[in-house]
Amino acid sequence: MARTVVPALSRRTFLAGLAALSSVGFAKAGDTLTFDELYGKISVLGLAFSDKTKSLSGKTVAMRGFMAPPLKAEAKFFVLTEIPMALCPFCSSDSDWPSNIVVVYIDELTTFVPPSKLIEVTGTLEVGSWTDPETGFVSLLRLVHSSFETV
Amino acid sequence: MRTLLLALAASTALIGTAGAATIYPLDRATILAGSPFDFKVEFDGQVKADDVKITVNGADYKATLGNEVQFVESEKGKDDAALGSAVLLRNVKIDKAGAYTVEVAAGDEKKSVTWDVYATPATPKAKNIIFMVGDGLSVAHRTAARLMSKGMTEGKANGRLAMDDLDHMAFIGTSSTGSIATDSANTMSAYMTGHKSAINSLGVYADRTPPSQDDPKVENIAEAVRRQTTKSIGVVALSELEDATPAAVVSHTRRRADKADIVGMFYDIKPEVMLGGGSAYFLSKEVPGSKRKDDKDYIKLFQEAGYQLATDKDELQKAAGADKVLGLFHTGNMDYAVDRMQLKKGSVDKFPGQPGLVEMTKTALETLSKNPEGFFLMVEASDIDKASHPLDFDRAVFDTIEFDHAIAAAREFQAKNPDTLIVVTGDHTHGVSLIGTIDDTKDVKEGREKVGTYDAAGFPNYEDKDGDGYPDSIAVTRHLAMFANNGPDHYETFEPKLDGPFEPAVKTQDGNYVANEKYKDVPGAMFVEGNIPRDEDTGVHAVDDVVLQAAGPGAEEFKGYMEQSDVYKVLADTFALGVKQ
Repeated sequence: MARTVVPALSRRTFLAGLAALSSVGFAKAGDTLTFDELYGKISVLGLAFSDKTKSLSGKTVAMRGFMAPPLKAEAKFFVLTEIPMALCPFCSSDSDWPSNIVVVYIDELTTFVPPSKLIEVTGTLEVGSWTDPETGFVSLLRLVHSSFETV
Repeated sequence: MRTLLLALAASTALIGTAGAATIYPLDRATILAGSPFDFKVEFDGQVKADDVKITVNGADYKATLGNEVQFVESEKGKDDAALGSAVLLRNVKIDKAGAYTVEVAAGDEKKSVTWDVYATPATPKAKNIIFMVGDGLSVAHRTAARLMSKGMTEGKANGRLAMDDLDHMAFIGTSSTGSIATDSANTMSAYMTGHKSAINSLGVYADRTPPSQDDPKVENIAEAVRRQTTKSIGVVALSELEDATPAAVVSHTRRRADKADIVGMFYDIKPEVMLGGGSAYFLSKEVPGSKRKDDKDYIKLFQEAGYQLATDKDELQKAAGADKVLGLFHTGNMDYAVDRMQLKKGSVDKFPGQPGLVEMTKTALETLSKNPEGFFLMVEASDIDKASHPLDFDRAVFDTIEFDHAIAAAREFQAKNPDTLIVVTGDHTHGVSLIGTIDDTKDVKEGREKVGTYDAAGFPNYEDKDGDGYPDSIAVTRHLAMFANNGPDHYETFEPKLDGPFEPAVKTQDGNYVANEKYKDVPGAMFVEGNIPRDEDTGVHAVDDVVLQAAGPGAEEFKGYMEQSDVYKVLADTFALGVKQ
């Protein structure tokens, strides 16, 4: 699914601007997704995706968060986190990724942005467990064919 | 000829000390008589099977080690690199106590080690052992916990911590086999097996091959208790149950990060009581929130094995009567005590029903003490360390106070059940010290001017009006000034972090950590330049000795300076683990 990055970004900026101006707005509900909205239930026995997350599966979604430093320089994906990563899940063996991460697949290699810069990612939302064949990284939520910009 | 022999002797002696070949267990290993362990020799180069000569106390090794070793012509490293030959013999047992000198030679390589195989008394000294670990517990944590919870008047403490009245003590050296420094894995592993190991290792000697679960194993206390007794086993922690300290009770792996496999190791031992965080590794990968990479549902497997499941404090209370209890209260690490009890920050809004360490300890004691043969219980106050790493010392001290309340609960149990040994220790220290107080009433631009030292420190003004043994608030006008002697670049705010746990540094794309800008504009905040490598995310463990304290039968063996591996012998003596009961 080829996407041209620039028009999508301008469209989103336009919609976001409209949404900000008016709560009625023209932005379709579900255009954006926040970390707080990802899960409907959080419990010891597992999380459950929210209805909003499920309803956006397969659709183009914008999310804001922080880019965790890449697993390896040439990786075609990065991890989007709610807050900047203060621990290193792979360099220190006792730290883990937070449970509410979103894995972002990008079509082209990119330069990474500083950790404390908020970014907005737009991509197609995929919901459900998937194992990256190259790295073995298991993810539950992905934005694929994504592009991003700093906010 | 004589010169040649002398030269040979000199060179082999050099090789011996330089360790051309490595023998596991290592030189000066202490081994419980009759406990199974793996024997391995790693040669530096490739040798011929026929050239390998192994003797134990001068005789053919098979007389002592029982079986023929397996010869590996060439071990493979990363990218198939040849590492040299090796011999391996798993599940060796030596029943008779004594010194065992193992000599190995092959071609030019020669190595000799001596093991101390020790017996235990024929009869146990105590029925129960409660082994309590304050992860990262340093002297500053206890002093601060005493000041914060009890107060001080005219230089004398207004009260004593429960840990203050444990009457036997020892200084514990925590270094690992590869470094003076340590982590929770190898040091807890040494407590729980009697063998020191490498950083990140649990229940194994760290060999040179890449797989993490083929390393030479040693027996852990859970296996010894199962082999020799019919006692129950309990593991209680505020961290993920798969985290290094609780994992060390049952696990064998070179990599403490093998958390999904560690759940399987718990399942193999099936401790009667398991309480803590870390449910994410019990859930099949299909369940959102799981951190497994397979379909195994360990919640179901444990339930099928007769475990009563508890996922919050109410269910924990109800489960107390059951024979076997699995309590999982968080997908990851449980929250800090001050967040659970007062501030409601961290992930308390997501997991509001988390019990505390005291409730978990009491439930464990109630359940385990149903076994007339007794029990081994490990309790870990995990969060003292988890808060000390990010330099959040108010949280670390509050967790130390909670730990002390758990010790008090254990002491109450001991008062009614005097055949109980209680051991309280840390697994390593942090580079932290208490140096005075911070006076928030001072209107100054730079936070450092609020720090009171010497006479100006005075006394902190924490209050405990409700008498629950915890300060009513950590946000008092004159609070403790605790600082670390190491850390990443960060902003020092001179304030308790009331908005949530401190995150001193964040990672950049080049792998380095930089000061978290979030704290830059806190009034009084000052930039502190780090003094450890830039790729370190938080403050590191100190190499300083740990203070171990104990009370009850067996405690008299703790004295002077001991290696953390020596602690296991005291536990083994107390339970007479050298003898089938």
